[in-house]
Amino acid sequence: MRRGVRERRSGPQVRAHRRIRDNGGVSLYRDEGVVLRTQKLGEADRIVTLLTRRTGLVRAVGKGVRRTKSRFGARLEPFSHVDLQLHTGRTLDVITQAVTVRAYGESIVADYPRYTAATAMLETAEKIVAVEKDPVLRQFLLLIGALRTLGEDTHDPRLVLDAYLVRSLSVAGYAPALEECARCGARGEHRAFAVHTGGMVCTVCRPHGAASPAPESVRLMAALLRGDWRAADASEERHRNECSGLVAAYLQWHLENGIRSLRLVERS
Amino acid sequence: MYEGAVQNLIDELGRLPGVGPKSAQRLAFHLLAAETADVKRLVSALTEVKERVRFCAVCGNVSEENECRVCRDPKRDSAVICVVEESKDVVAIERMREFRGRYHVLGGAISPIEGVGPDDLRIKELMTRLSNDEVTELILATDPNLEGEATATYLARLVKPLGLKVTRLASGLPVGGDLEYADEVTLGRAFEGRRSLEF
Ligand SMILES: [Zn+2]
Ligand SMILES: [Zn+2]
Repeated sequence: MRRGVRERRSGPQVRAHRRIRDNGGVSLYRDEGVVLRTQKLGEADRIVTLLTRRTGLVRAVGKGVRRTKSRFGARLEPFSHVDLQLHTGRTLDVITQAVTVRAYGESIVADYPRYTAATAMLETAEKIVAVEKDPVLRQFLLLIGALRTLGEDTHDPRLVLDAYLVRSLSVAGYAPALEECARCGARGEHRAFAVHTGGMVCTVCRPHGAASPAPESVRLMAALLRGDWRAADASEERHRNECSGLVAAYLQWHLENGIRSLRLVERS
Repeated sequence: MYEGAVQNLIDELGRLPGVGPKSAQRLAFHLLAAETADVKRLVSALTEVKERVRFCAVCGNVSEENECRVCRDPKRDSAVICVVEESKDVVAIERMREFRGRYHVLGGAISPIEGVGPDDLRIKELMTRLSNDEVTELILATDPNLEGEATATYLARLVKPLGLKVTRLASGLPVGGDLEYADEVTLGRAFEGRRSLEF
């Protein structure tokens, strides 16, 4: 993350740091997590990146999981919520057991717009958290909630994605200012949006090159941030498009390397 | 760090997929200790593969001619096209000796996180082949893992207006694996039990 230092990580998250490990010299620990990404390693192994409930971001090796006979492999696919046992390694931890808590993948992968939205969520989760083994309980809960909502197919996948993006930024301390001026704090519905100032700005503070989105698009973003699905579902297509554009620009500004998969997100 | 040539070799080997710094070092010292004739054979195999092998103009499979062996074979059934991610999947299916149709090699799977979208695969080429009336069935044999499934979902939706029979390999293949690791029996069963995709 860069720029903008508001309340970074709150107290409760830090206190939630509790690991079961170091029993009798064997560094074994148990946690649950969502698989964010897998990369091939050697002949048949994979490096699995997970966002866990207690440990935060973890990169671990799944041995032999690419063989079609591995029963393990199916559980360590992206979007899977798994209960894990891991062995602390020198560079990477090793997954010794994995039990599925819930496999979101199947319903997500059956629909292409849902799949691309969900992929952008996973990539964002990894890039927003960024630091390994630093507990981020609220980010974990947010991701689980978003995947569940996506799997239920009750809202436009793109809305679910945008809601996840603004909320996850806000949990990380980068909530966009929507109902006050990002610079001077003046309350009210302002007309200009400037990514680098942190959201909406008043006429006095408005920097050169600020965007002038439709008020409905900004209200939609605020509804997504609050979790007001009634208002969000009632929004019009053009405002959804504009809102997505603002959210994407805001996200890319705050993340150093950008989110590659956003480019491939499809509307339903 | 080693001196010039040795370090160079280690660096080059280390760029191969699945080869870490330690393996690269082990391979480099193995080559250093090997007979000159053995190393020369390896070098000529490398040079030859780059000079002679290319991708089939029709299906994208590796080939030493403009068209691959399967595409040149008049006895293969042109009505059925089996879509796979890579050439090594063609090898896995051919080993089974049951499939008599033709192939289409995509060159990977849709993976937004790696920046690979539909336009980065040989999908346009597939659509061109399908516009030919001869084809009646499309078998989606992408890997039985998440990206393979997503690619199949995408393709099924794309070809739907063409009214072809679209099938997906039976799920006897556990998800999470690579197709190339499937044994002949499992793969054979997956082909026999392939199911039609309904939308
Ligand atoms: Zn102001
Ligand atoms: Zn060919």
